[in-house]
Amino acid sequence: VTTTAATAKSTGRADTGARAGLSKLRPRPNPWRRPWLLEGFTWLYLIWSIVPIALAVLFSFNNGKSQSVWQGFSWRWYFADPVNSVLHDPSLHAAVVQTFRLSVYTTLIAVPLGVAFALGINRWRGYTASTFNFVMILSFVIPELIFGVAMFFVFTVLFTSVHLGTLAETLALVTWNVSWPAIIVQARLVTLGRQYEEAAADLGATQLQTMRRVMLPLLTPAIFASAVLVFSSVIDDFVLVDLLNSNVSNTPMSVYIYSQQHGGNGGPALNALGTIMLVMSFVVATAGYLGYRWMTRGERIDRQQALATIAGA
Amino acid sequence: VEPGLVAGEKRLGGQGVQPSGGIKLRRQAPEPHRLFWVALAAPGIIWLALLFIVPFYTILAIAAGRVNQVFGYPVAVWNPLQWSTTNFTAAWRDVVGSSAFIGPIIVRTLVYVVAASLLSLVIAYPAAYFVARFAGRRKGLFLVLLIAPFWISYMMRMLAWIDLLQTDGYVNKALTSLHLISQPVNWLGGLGPTVVLGLVYGYIPYLILVLYAGLDRIDPALIEAGRDLGLGRVRTFVRVTLPLSRQPILTGMLITVLPMLGDYFTNQLMSGTTGTTMLGNVIDDQLTTPGLQGEGAVFSLLFLLALIVPMIYYVVATNKSSRAAA
Repeated sequence: VTTTAATAKSTGRADTGARAGLSKLRPRPNPWRRPWLLEGFTWLYLIWSIVPIALAVLFSFNNGKSQSVWQGFSWRWYFADPVNSVLHDPSLHAAVVQTFRLSVYTTLIAVPLGVAFALGINRWRGYTASTFNFVMILSFVIPELIFGVAMFFVFTVLFTSVHLGTLAETLALVTWNVSWPAIIVQARLVTLGRQYEEAAADLGATQLQTMRRVMLPLLTPAIFASAVLVFSSVIDDFVLVDLLNSNVSNTPMSVYIYSQQHGGNGGPALNALGTIMLVMSFVVATAGYLGYRWMTRGERIDRQQALATIAGA
Repeated sequence: VEPGLVAGEKRLGGQGVQPSGGIKLRRQAPEPHRLFWVALAAPGIIWLALLFIVPFYTILAIAAGRVNQVFGYPVAVWNPLQWSTTNFTAAWRDVVGSSAFIGPIIVRTLVYVVAASLLSLVIAYPAAYFVARFAGRRKGLFLVLLIAPFWISYMMRMLAWIDLLQTDGYVNKALTSLHLISQPVNWLGGLGPTVVLGLVYGYIPYLILVLYAGLDRIDPALIEAGRDLGLGRVRTFVRVTLPLSRQPILTGMLITVLPMLGDYFTNQLMSGTTGTTMLGNVIDDQLTTPGLQGEGAVFSLLFLLALIVPMIYYVVATNKSSRAAA
């Protein structure tokens, strides 16, 4: 039966042109032909999106100040130059440390907070729960500038003991990113359903035991994916930290690049800084992808799904 | 194990996790397991209340507050009964009154954002469509390439174009050698199209990801059915694929348009002249200028009000689609 069906299908495909021609008295091109035009367009897009960045990375290794004339390979802007390299310039150095620090702090706070919130909100049905779920999703779409303004005012006018700087930046970044774990874990809870919990309860587990031995292991991939997303969005974040930093010791890489380039002090050292950010993100993304694949190895999740999850789609 | 014992354990376990400080619910005491969920959600709720809801009330209190006449710092007025309209009238003067300067900026912001978002859609849709439908065995490779810019910092992406667009950069070199221009163009000297290019390049990865995820979910059987029923390629696309991708297009546009409207850094990097100032720059500048912070709060509020409808639409749409997935 299978063979017949397959043959029927393949002849059907081959004959589509012919049949359409009969019915419309006009031959049509094979509708299953390869979409060359679309493929060409996609390649053009990919070249346009990747080549400029590749060039910027390349020029971070330029042995000269130019960003358009290649003067040979060097590590000058990373560590070889005793004054202007990322390693030796204190403000460049501080920017790398600050980005890393903010990413770690934010991930450590936002992920447990968001996961607990998702679990609680998802099971506690009520007016308060749905209101705060709404607020949480709202925090996901609100323009970052407006949220940054709100944070700036609250730390300069109301909670004045939180001075602008690392603490203010971390508090704002946690609020801004807590929706990643909250949304991803809730989505996972919805697909899991309640049967695992009910089975655990039937077998005599207390609620805490169910949480620790059943739910948390089932949620681990989702929690891990959200941690990767939080970490990498903090690396990339600009608006909040731009509004909430107070001096060079708490200025992360994105703000440093912006303020220097904007002030006309651009140069290959900034490209080196950007390349460090890029490498940091890619390390996180690769580790995230591999970790996610490993955690979901028993499930039917293919590579594309894993990639899309790690990117937050 | 006796069933009664298990039930007793369960009750005990449930009571054991009651929050010690006590979240007080006014009605009758809820069953213990509900309190467990309340306790789990409580830290997040308190956090959002203190660091999301209170800050927005602070904007309101500052917008409707006063400005210290000597030092120019804003004075928040928390009691709605004492609210003043000083900052609102100042903002009104900037919009339509004697010192009006904001009208052209709003128009420019809208023109840039509409141009950039439509251009993004025209570029992103075909690419996402190709990868979702036709990439076949190379889908993994295409997906990695499609997602890669998403992982590259916004500032790095801007830096890449600043390098290319410099007067002696590769864009000018390429155009001169092709004899399209006779002498180098100062791309970064305040040209609107450069800013639009920056916006497109900056925000397209987010759009393309949403589009890809939405298009990938379309069941190929529906498209095949369209073909089997005699529709051509174009008509299958218009009658089947396009209606099915309405939702991803809408959410994708929202996810790019909302941040674009508040963008103040792209135009600063790509041109840096007052000729390309956007609404975000007005708010950002007022925030750092003593005496104008109250007005900045007013503009932030108005901006928020203007965007509240699309934002709520997005929240409702996401809720609906997550419920549909369940």
